[in-house]
Amino acid sequence: MLKYIIKRLAQSILILLGVSLIIYVLIRCMPVDFVTQKLSSITTTGAETSQELIDAMLKQYGLDTNIFEGYISWLGKLLRLDFGNSFKYSIPVIDVIKDHMGVSFAVAAIATIFEFLIAIPLGVTAATHQYSLRDYIVTVLVMIGISLPSFFFGQLLKNIFAIQLEWFPASGLVDASKDLSGFALLMDQLWHLFIPILTVVILSIGGRMRMTRTNMLEVLNSDYIRTARAKGLKEKVVIYKHAFRNTMIPLVTSLAGLLPGLFSGAIITEQVFGLPGIGNVAFDAMLVADIPFIMGYNMFLALLSVIGVLLADLMYAVVDPRVKLG
Amino acid sequence: MENEKINVSEMQSDENVTAPEETVTHEQTLKLMSPMQMIIRRFFRSKLSIIGLVMVVSLFLFCWVGPLIYRVSPTEIDKSGKVEYTAKEVTYTDEDGVTHTYIEYIKTELTDNMLSKPSAKHPLGTDKTGKDVLARLMNGGKISLGISFLAVFIVTFLGIIFGGIAGYFGGAVDNIIMRICDILMCLPGFPILLIVGTIIDGLREGGMAMFDYQYKIYWLMGFLTLISWSGTARLVRGQILSLREQEYMVAAEAMGYSTSRKIFKHLVPNVMPQLIVSMTLSLGSMILYEASLSYLGLGAPEQYAAWGTMINAAKDPDILANYFNVWGPPGICIIIAVLGFNFIGDGLRDALDPKMRR
Repeated sequence: MLKYIIKRLAQSILILLGVSLIIYVLIRCMPVDFVTQKLSSITTTGAETSQELIDAMLKQYGLDTNIFEGYISWLGKLLRLDFGNSFKYSIPVIDVIKDHMGVSFAVAAIATIFEFLIAIPLGVTAATHQYSLRDYIVTVLVMIGISLPSFFFGQLLKNIFAIQLEWFPASGLVDASKDLSGFALLMDQLWHLFIPILTVVILSIGGRMRMTRTNMLEVLNSDYIRTARAKGLKEKVVIYKHAFRNTMIPLVTSLAGLLPGLFSGAIITEQVFGLPGIGNVAFDAMLVADIPFIMGYNMFLALLSVIGVLLADLMYAVVDPRVKLG
Repeated sequence: MENEKINVSEMQSDENVTAPEETVTHEQTLKLMSPMQMIIRRFFRSKLSIIGLVMVVSLFLFCWVGPLIYRVSPTEIDKSGKVEYTAKEVTYTDEDGVTHTYIEYIKTELTDNMLSKPSAKHPLGTDKTGKDVLARLMNGGKISLGISFLAVFIVTFLGIIFGGIAGYFGGAVDNIIMRICDILMCLPGFPILLIVGTIIDGLREGGMAMFDYQYKIYWLMGFLTLISWSGTARLVRGQILSLREQEYMVAAEAMGYSTSRKIFKHLVPNVMPQLIVSMTLSLGSMILYEASLSYLGLGAPEQYAAWGTMINAAKDPDILANYFNVWGPPGICIIIAVLGFNFIGDGLRDALDPKMRR
């Protein structure tokens, strides 16, 4: 077990190196770098720029080196756990991520909880009533959910509930006209997040429900369920005590795979609802070529997904004693 | 795949009893069904897959046959003009000190017929530049569906090649290809494509005609295929790992077939059922991906609009609130397309899975 984990961790480091190299090379290939953009904003105000100024700025932002020197120096800093300062915000990348993580995490976490609470019972009823009207209705509804483009559905909900009915605020996280603090502020923020969370939940129920249904069907067709029924157990006991427990195995392991999604922020949902989350910040950073932030953010996500995959494999072995790691 | 099965359900035993003078051969009493026929039969037994098929086929007809019937150019601006009235309340006080209020209408004549409501001339109205929405919808569908099909085929092709090689050779080759897959799986999709989008813009400004605006989404989706074949490769590899131990592969070895023949003629066709299912399901997600890219402003520019770009118009709060006819239809088209492919994929999965017999 320990040997396996060490081997996987070593592989993870290689993966992360590969990911960082690809992203770094791509960013440095971008036609407009941060300095060029900054200089053009200086020249539009009428000020003169000199070659010395350009060189000084390039040096200041570490853009005077070629791609590979730049990558090595970025990597060197990373080894000292220094992600550098964001070009755009002039504060450490970690702080930028920390500042905007809260909203994205709240949306993702609350949405995930509701997703599980709604999808699992739906999946179980669909499986126990396979090919019945109930199964068809649930399947069709969740399939529609999967097929909705997030930006279209988000805009539709926003149009109906925020603009036409005016039940909810249309965008943003806080009501600027009110001066709130403490609990009232928190409630106001949750109120603003209602439609974004609803959007995310409806879009994601489908996948989880299909997964539950498939697993449940597989378990219900196995021999020990027939034995349980033959013993004369009540249908409720058969389904919830015997079948459902084994259905939980893939569901529990899939929890680890959710790890990067909880922190990545939904770029599109945040764009539609104008939320100041990490996805929106990353989108802006991409447009101005904020190298330290893009690298820091993407490496953070890559690290989470590597950990997520590893955890999923480990949890699989923990939850299901039949699985052997090797 | 299972061997050929004989379906005995159509025995027509009653007729045999009443008409004994006719010599009935086995060919007449037994209906032979190839595996393919069985799959097709099981596929069409599910109502949802038929609905899915109808949805997808009608969308294709709409996008490719539609323009032959509805002959309006998607890029032509309706110059028929439009008169707009703006109401304004004016208050004035006359010499006697009495205040009057009246409403003043300002008439503006526009040369372009923009944002018109649905009418006989424009069944879905016009967009904010005065182009016909229905014509753009058909044209956008061609782009969206075409790109998604192309992307899925390329992804599958790369997946088969790399997965096949990894699964067949194993060892170091397998290790290298699987580590590349791991790296690709950890690459964040949207951020990478945003960066690649600006790189393409730079190349175009560098004067390369092949990176012209209207091809941008093709380059982006091309890049997306390069980083998303890892899922298919894993599927193919996993199947081949188990298949290559079977007896018929020993036979193929004994026949002295070449390696590429063994991989692509004997192993890959056996993975096809699972591949076809995953291809249909990923068609839906490719359409969504393409639409999201267009929505973020990375897609085809406005005059070559795909469906996602058309929904992008709803970023304008006025259009979002008042002109559903501009941004609603493309969204509905996307839903129909994705839902259709999902239904077909689901039906195919059930039809191809021997365990799912009803």
